[in-house]
Amino acid sequence: MLNQPNGRKHSGNVQGLRPDVRTSPGDGEPGWASGLRKLYNSVVEEPLPDSFQDLLKKLDDSDDA
Amino acid sequence: MPDRIKPTPADEAFRKELMAVLPHLRAFARGLSGRADFADDLVQEAAIKAWTARERYQPGTNMRAWTFAILRNHYLSELRRNKRQTNLDEGVAERMLVMDADQEGPLHLGDMETALQDLAPERREAVLLVGASGFSYEEAAEIAGCPIGTMKSRVARARADLAKQLNAEPELLAKHVG
Repeated sequence: MLNQPNGRKHSGNVQGLRPDVRTSPGDGEPGWASGLRKLYNSVVEEPLPDSFQDLLKKLDDSDDA
Repeated sequence: MPDRIKPTPADEAFRKELMAVLPHLRAFARGLSGRADFADDLVQEAAIKAWTARERYQPGTNMRAWTFAILRNHYLSELRRNKRQTNLDEGVAERMLVMDADQEGPLHLGDMETALQDLAPERREAVLLVGASGFSYEEAAEIAGCPIGTMKSRVARARADLAKQLNAEPELLAKHVG
Protein backbone atom coordinates (compact mmCIF):
# COMPACT_ATOMS: atom_id res chain seq x y z
CA MET A 1 0.00 0.00 0.00
CA LEU A 2 2.02 2.93 1.21
CA ASN A 3 5.44 1.57 0.67
CA GLN A 4 6.25 -1.26 -1.56
CA PRO A 5 8.96 -3.59 -0.46
CA ASN A 6 11.45 -2.50 -3.06
CA GLY A 7 10.20 0.96 -3.76
CA ARG A 8 12.05 3.97 -2.51
CA LYS A 9 10.33 6.16 -0.12
CA HIS A 10 10.74 9.87 -0.17
CA SER A 11 9.99 10.83 3.33
CA GLY A 12 12.67 11.05 5.97
CA ASN A 13 12.59 7.67 7.55
CA VAL A 14 13.85 5.38 4.84
CA GLN A 15 16.04 3.22 6.95
CA GLY A 16 13.09 2.28 9.13
CA LEU A 17 12.71 -1.23 7.89
CA ARG A 18 16.24 -2.21 7.14
CA PRO A 19 16.93 -5.52 8.79
CA ASP A 20 20.43 -4.56 9.78
CA VAL A 21 19.16 -1.88 12.10
CA ARG A 22 16.71 -4.03 13.84
CA THR A 23 17.84 -5.63 17.03
CA SER A 24 20.91 -3.90 18.28
CA PRO A 25 20.80 -0.20 18.96
CA GLY A 26 24.48 0.29 18.43
CA ASP A 27 27.83 -1.36 18.43
CA GLY A 28 28.41 -1.76 22.13
CA GLU A 29 25.57 -3.67 23.64
CA PRO A 30 24.90 -2.94 27.29
CA GLY A 31 25.15 -5.84 29.70
CA TRP A 32 21.51 -5.92 30.54
CA ALA A 33 20.62 -6.47 26.90
CA SER A 34 22.38 -9.79 26.87
CA GLY A 35 20.93 -10.42 30.32
CA LEU A 36 17.50 -10.01 28.87
CA ARG A 37 18.21 -12.50 26.14
CA LYS A 38 19.75 -14.86 28.64
CA LEU A 39 16.66 -14.67 30.76
CA TYR A 40 14.50 -15.32 27.76
CA ASN A 41 16.63 -18.13 26.42
CA SER A 42 16.78 -19.80 29.78
CA VAL A 43 13.04 -20.34 29.46
CA VAL A 44 13.23 -21.35 25.81
CA GLU A 45 15.73 -24.02 26.73
CA GLU A 46 13.74 -25.47 29.60
CA PRO A 47 12.19 -28.81 28.78
CA LEU A 48 8.45 -28.55 28.47
CA PRO A 49 6.78 -29.30 31.77
CA ASP A 50 4.66 -32.40 32.13
CA SER A 51 1.49 -30.40 31.92
CA PHE A 52 2.22 -30.01 28.24
CA GLN A 53 1.99 -33.73 27.64
CA ASP A 54 -1.75 -33.46 27.58
CA LEU A 55 -1.73 -30.68 25.11
CA LEU A 56 -1.62 -32.98 22.13
CA LYS A 57 -4.67 -34.76 23.42
CA LYS A 58 -6.43 -31.49 24.02
CA LEU A 59 -5.70 -30.45 20.48
CA ASP A 60 -7.35 -33.58 19.23
CA ASP A 61 -10.28 -33.19 21.54
CA SER A 62 -10.92 -29.66 20.47
CA ASP A 63 -11.81 -31.05 17.07
CA ASP A 64 -14.64 -33.14 18.33
CA ALA A 65 -17.22 -30.45 18.23
CA MET B 1 -8.19 -47.93 19.12
CA PRO B 2 -10.95 -45.39 19.20
CA ASP B 3 -9.35 -43.41 16.49
CA ARG B 4 -10.83 -40.03 15.77
CA ILE B 5 -11.13 -38.42 12.45
CA LYS B 6 -7.75 -38.87 10.81
CA PRO B 7 -5.78 -35.66 10.84
CA THR B 8 -4.85 -34.38 7.44
CA PRO B 9 -1.20 -33.95 6.49
CA ALA B 10 -1.74 -30.21 6.65
CA ASP B 11 -2.96 -30.56 10.24
CA GLU B 12 0.01 -32.67 11.10
CA ALA B 13 2.38 -30.14 9.63
CA PHE B 14 0.64 -27.37 11.50
CA ARG B 15 0.81 -29.26 14.74
CA LYS B 16 4.47 -29.88 14.33
CA GLU B 17 5.18 -26.23 13.74
CA LEU B 18 2.99 -25.28 16.65
CA MET B 19 4.79 -27.65 18.98
CA ALA B 20 8.10 -26.24 17.85
CA VAL B 21 7.21 -22.70 18.88
CA LEU B 22 5.95 -23.67 22.34
CA PRO B 23 9.27 -23.00 24.07
CA HIS B 24 9.32 -19.52 22.60
CA LEU B 25 5.75 -18.90 23.61
CA ARG B 26 6.63 -19.94 27.14
CA ALA B 27 9.52 -17.50 27.27
CA PHE B 28 7.40 -14.68 25.95
CA ALA B 29 4.53 -15.45 28.30
CA ARG B 30 6.88 -15.72 31.25
CA GLY B 31 8.38 -12.36 30.42
CA LEU B 32 5.01 -10.75 29.98
CA SER B 33 3.39 -12.07 33.10
CA GLY B 34 6.35 -12.68 35.36
CA ARG B 35 4.76 -15.86 36.64
CA ALA B 36 5.69 -19.32 35.51
CA ASP B 37 2.44 -21.13 36.25
CA PHE B 38 0.24 -18.44 34.82
CA ALA B 39 2.51 -18.24 31.78
CA ASP B 40 2.23 -21.95 31.09
CA ASP B 41 -1.54 -21.80 31.31
CA LEU B 42 -1.50 -18.95 28.86
CA VAL B 43 0.67 -20.90 26.46
CA GLN B 44 -1.55 -23.95 26.54
CA GLU B 45 -4.66 -21.91 26.03
CA ALA B 46 -3.06 -19.96 23.23
CA ALA B 47 -1.90 -23.17 21.59
CA ILE B 48 -5.44 -24.49 21.62
CA LYS B 49 -6.72 -21.25 20.17
CA ALA B 50 -4.10 -21.43 17.46
CA TRP B 51 -5.04 -25.00 16.70
CA THR B 52 -8.71 -24.14 16.49
CA ALA B 53 -7.93 -21.26 14.16
CA ARG B 54 -5.41 -23.19 12.06
CA GLU B 55 -7.42 -22.73 8.91
CA ARG B 56 -6.57 -19.07 9.08
CA TYR B 57 -2.85 -19.70 9.20
CA GLN B 58 -1.08 -19.53 5.90
CA PRO B 59 1.57 -22.21 5.73
CA GLY B 60 5.00 -20.84 5.13
CA THR B 61 4.31 -17.58 6.94
CA ASN B 62 5.70 -16.82 10.35
CA MET B 63 4.24 -19.28 12.84
CA ARG B 64 6.07 -17.66 15.69
CA ALA B 65 4.68 -14.21 14.97
CA TRP B 66 1.23 -15.60 14.43
CA THR B 67 1.12 -17.52 17.68
CA PHE B 68 2.75 -14.69 19.64
CA ALA B 69 -0.08 -12.43 18.58
CA ILE B 70 -2.61 -15.00 19.73
CA LEU B 71 -0.86 -15.42 23.05
CA ARG B 72 -0.58 -11.71 23.57
CA ASN B 73 -4.24 -11.07 22.91
CA HIS B 74 -5.21 -13.92 25.15
CA TYR B 75 -2.97 -12.56 27.89
CA LEU B 76 -4.58 -9.14 27.66
CA SER B 77 -8.06 -10.52 27.85
CA GLU B 78 -7.10 -12.64 30.85
CA LEU B 79 -5.67 -9.55 32.51
CA ARG B 80 -8.87 -7.71 31.95
CA ARG B 81 -10.84 -10.64 33.27
CA ASN B 82 -9.07 -10.87 36.58
CA LYS B 83 -7.42 -7.56 36.85
CA ARG B 84 -6.37 -7.77 40.43
CA GLN B 85 -4.72 -11.03 41.25
CA THR B 86 -2.60 -11.40 38.20
CA ASN B 87 0.32 -9.22 37.88
CA LEU B 88 1.60 -7.23 40.68
CA ASP B 89 1.73 -7.83 44.35
CA GLU B 90 2.47 -11.45 44.80
CA GLY B 91 4.86 -11.91 41.91
CA VAL B 92 6.96 -8.92 42.75
CA ALA B 93 7.20 -9.84 46.39
CA GLU B 94 8.33 -13.33 45.57
CA ARG B 95 11.01 -12.15 43.26
CA MET B 96 12.33 -9.69 45.78
CA LEU B 97 12.79 -12.49 48.25
CA VAL B 98 14.63 -14.60 45.76
CA MET B 99 16.83 -11.69 44.88
CA ASP B 100 17.94 -11.14 48.43
CA ALA B 101 18.90 -14.73 48.83
CA ASP B 102 21.10 -14.69 45.84
CA GLN B 103 23.05 -11.54 45.40
CA GLU B 104 26.39 -11.69 43.70
CA GLY B 105 27.92 -10.92 40.40
CA PRO B 106 27.22 -7.96 38.20
CA LEU B 107 23.85 -8.79 36.76
CA HIS B 108 21.46 -11.37 37.99
CA LEU B 109 18.67 -12.84 36.05
CA GLY B 110 16.62 -12.09 39.14
CA ASP B 111 17.47 -8.41 38.87
CA MET B 112 16.76 -8.50 35.20
CA GLU B 113 13.43 -10.11 35.82
CA THR B 114 12.49 -7.57 38.44
CA ALA B 115 13.48 -4.72 36.20
CA LEU B 116 11.49 -6.23 33.39
CA GLN B 117 8.40 -6.56 35.51
CA ASP B 118 8.75 -2.96 36.66
CA LEU B 119 8.44 -1.70 33.10
CA ALA B 120 5.18 -0.33 31.82
CA PRO B 121 3.39 -3.29 30.23
CA GLU B 122 3.57 -2.06 26.66
CA ARG B 123 7.28 -1.35 27.01
CA ARG B 124 7.86 -4.74 28.52
CA GLU B 125 6.07 -6.36 25.64
CA ALA B 126 8.05 -4.30 23.15
CA VAL B 127 11.45 -5.11 24.57
CA LEU B 128 10.55 -8.77 24.88
CA LEU B 129 9.52 -8.97 21.26
CA VAL B 130 12.41 -7.05 19.79
CA GLY B 131 15.20 -7.29 22.33
CA ALA B 132 14.70 -10.83 23.57
CA SER B 133 12.72 -12.69 20.99
CA GLY B 134 14.46 -11.18 17.98
CA PHE B 135 11.48 -9.96 16.02
CA SER B 136 11.96 -7.04 13.68
CA TYR B 137 10.24 -3.79 14.61
CA GLU B 138 7.85 -4.45 11.81
CA GLU B 139 6.88 -7.90 13.01
CA ALA B 140 6.66 -6.73 16.60
CA ALA B 141 4.39 -3.86 15.59
CA GLU B 142 2.15 -6.28 13.83
CA ILE B 143 2.01 -8.63 16.80
CA ALA B 144 1.17 -5.78 19.15
CA GLY B 145 -1.20 -4.18 16.71
CA CYS B 146 0.47 -0.78 16.75
CA PRO B 147 2.30 1.41 14.23
CA ILE B 148 5.93 0.67 13.68
CA GLY B 149 6.99 4.07 15.01
CA THR B 150 5.14 3.41 18.23
CA MET B 151 6.90 0.08 18.57
CA LYS B 152 10.26 1.72 18.07
CA SER B 153 9.70 4.32 20.70
CA ARG B 154 8.38 1.73 23.15
CA VAL B 155 11.49 -0.33 22.67
CA ALA B 156 13.71 2.71 23.08
CA ARG B 157 11.96 3.71 26.28
CA ALA B 158 12.07 0.21 27.63
CA ARG B 159 15.80 0.08 26.99
CA ALA B 160 16.33 3.39 28.71
CA ASP B 161 14.24 2.28 31.68
CA LEU B 162 16.12 -0.97 31.98
CA ALA B 163 19.49 0.68 31.71
CA LYS B 164 18.56 3.19 34.36
CA GLN B 165 17.12 0.68 36.74
CA LEU B 166 19.83 -1.90 36.40
CA ASN B 167 22.54 0.65 36.83
CA ALA B 168 20.86 2.12 39.87
CA GLU B 169 20.38 -1.28 41.42
CA PRO B 170 23.67 -1.77 43.26
CA GLU B 171 23.34 1.52 45.11
CA LEU B 172 19.80 0.86 46.06
CA LEU B 173 20.70 -2.54 47.34
CA ALA B 174 23.65 -1.23 49.27
CA LYS B 175 21.38 1.25 50.98
CA HIS B 176 18.87 -1.39 51.88
CA VAL B 177 21.37 -3.88 53.12
CA GLY B 178 23.76 -1.54 54.85
